[in-house]
Amino acid sequence: MVVFQKPHGLTDVPLHYCPGCTHGIIHRLVAEAMDELDIEGRTVGVASVGCSVMSYDYFNCDMVQAAHGRAPAVATGIKRALPDNIVFTYQGDGDLAAIGTAETVHSAARGENITIIFVNNAIYGMTGGQMAPTSLPGQVTQTSPYGRDVKTAGYPVKVCELLSNLDGPTYLERVSVDSPKAIKNAKRAILKAFRNQVEGKGFSLVEVLSTCPTNWGMTPVEALEWCRENMLPYYPLGVYKDKFADEEAAK
Amino acid sequence: MSEKVLMKGNEAIAEAAIRSGCRYYLGYPITPQTEVAAYMAKRMPKIGGTFLQAESEISAVNMVYGVASTGKRCMTSSSSPGISLKCEGLSYLAACDLPSVIVNVQRGGPGLGGIQPSQSDYFQATKGSGHGDFRMIVLAPSSVQEMADLTSLAFDLADKHRMPSMILADGTIGQMMEPVELAEDMHETKYEKPWACTGTQLKREHNIINSLILKPEILEQLNLERYEKYKIVEREETRFEEFMMDDAEICIVAFGIASRVAKSAIMEARKQGVKVGLIRPITLWPFPEAPIRAAADRVKSFISVELSMGQLIYDVRLASQCKKPVHLCNRVGGMITSPDYVLNKIMEVNGLGGAL
Repeated sequence: MVVFQKPHGLTDVPLHYCPGCTHGIIHRLVAEAMDELDIEGRTVGVASVGCSVMSYDYFNCDMVQAAHGRAPAVATGIKRALPDNIVFTYQGDGDLAAIGTAETVHSAARGENITIIFVNNAIYGMTGGQMAPTSLPGQVTQTSPYGRDVKTAGYPVKVCELLSNLDGPTYLERVSVDSPKAIKNAKRAILKAFRNQVEGKGFSLVEVLSTCPTNWGMTPVEALEWCRENMLPYYPLGVYKDKFADEEAAK
Repeated sequence: MSEKVLMKGNEAIAEAAIRSGCRYYLGYPITPQTEVAAYMAKRMPKIGGTFLQAESEISAVNMVYGVASTGKRCMTSSSSPGISLKCEGLSYLAACDLPSVIVNVQRGGPGLGGIQPSQSDYFQATKGSGHGDFRMIVLAPSSVQEMADLTSLAFDLADKHRMPSMILADGTIGQMMEPVELAEDMHETKYEKPWACTGTQLKREHNIINSLILKPEILEQLNLERYEKYKIVEREETRFEEFMMDDAEICIVAFGIASRVAKSAIMEARKQGVKVGLIRPITLWPFPEAPIRAAADRVKSFISVELSMGQLIYDVRLASQCKKPVHLCNRVGGMITSPDYVLNKIMEVNGLGGAL
């Protein structure tokens, strides 16, 4: 009896992520969602720019790599051309909430029937730990060496809260992967975000609070604790929008 | 079945694109090309196509990148400032070898510039439409009929050679109306696209559209291979028109609206006994070097007639290998050379008799 195996949605290419990085977990959850909904063969994923840029090598479905921040526009093009396919983007915080803010907001406002997996670890990982749009007030990074001073660097962007004011999105939820229980919950949310698209319900975005032990300068365990103690209070978990919640509850 | 209709240049581009099998138009409004978007907005919903007004030119070109990744024919259009924004996307389209058609109905620049016709994006279109080593096929229509014909050709060449192609028009040809004949179906050749991302159906390895290549030896190799392809394009796809060149002693080189003005001036000059002809590049890249190189052995001098501060003239000098003087006859900023203006230049150059 098979108790545990790699999801079919993932290739055999070894992940390049740093030890303790939670991208691997989130990749797995996306792949499990493809497996469980039996959609891998008709899914086209869009990789973004950042640590997860090489996710095109890791997901077994067709993959398109997008310019920095443009993944939702690229996904829009793919979905409009292939309305019966499943299209998702996998983006980090710099990509989605800084350089790609316009693409994020407008794909949400249009209610594009796509799924966005948004990984928020409050830092630019790939370029070596610079301040992100989601870096916390006071957070020390390479480009906020004295801590993020909100007087000069402004405040973090709360993506779920921001998008929840739009009429376009169908489903917005923020989850984390800091514990087995949280991972289970994240899996439910990611699965739902894909199922929504399969059912033609529209724009779904799951924000996953993640860690960056390397650039935070912590051990993996310390990083998970830092996420719980600092990120969770600033970025409250939960459902920010669910257009079909009542309908689904009635079932 | 062909029909002859009176159309604006911009509308001819849009209708020709549809008849060439383009069902995806992604754009953003800007003068003087907005008629393309307006036409597509009207027509696409009626034929099961997609018209989408993006939030920016950047987004529009990336939507094109998305559609092109699925192997479907798609197009975006803009004018000069908007094309600058699309340049990032053009680099990615070229890097991923994605067939796509981009229309630039040029206006005066730099900066926000004006809304009157110009050809000052020549360098941008033919030399540097983004970062990195790449080329686009650049087609320069000089009539409303060519707006249609070259649009159709742009789709075919893009598919045939797996690369973006650009229609480099200008505000005059975009806005003016002329009779145009359109074939019912301009989509003649269908191309296989096994590289397209349409879902594996669990029956093949996954396709990846990507331009991130971290190993320099591999990236170098890919660049070399792409330039081998460009050599084929140069060999097979160079297009130009020669007008009264048989006995010409002065050769004008001009494209687009400037070439039409030049033709009027040539007719007038001929009446006055001056032997002048025209080489009109139809493809700006690949540039018709051979006929200009050949002309350099026969004519006394060249005149580059252009609506820019001397951009085309560089390619004329290179192609003629500086064997003969190349003079500049230009207006810029939205001003257009009049036939008399060009005629005066012809007479002036004729008086020099091949001297500088």
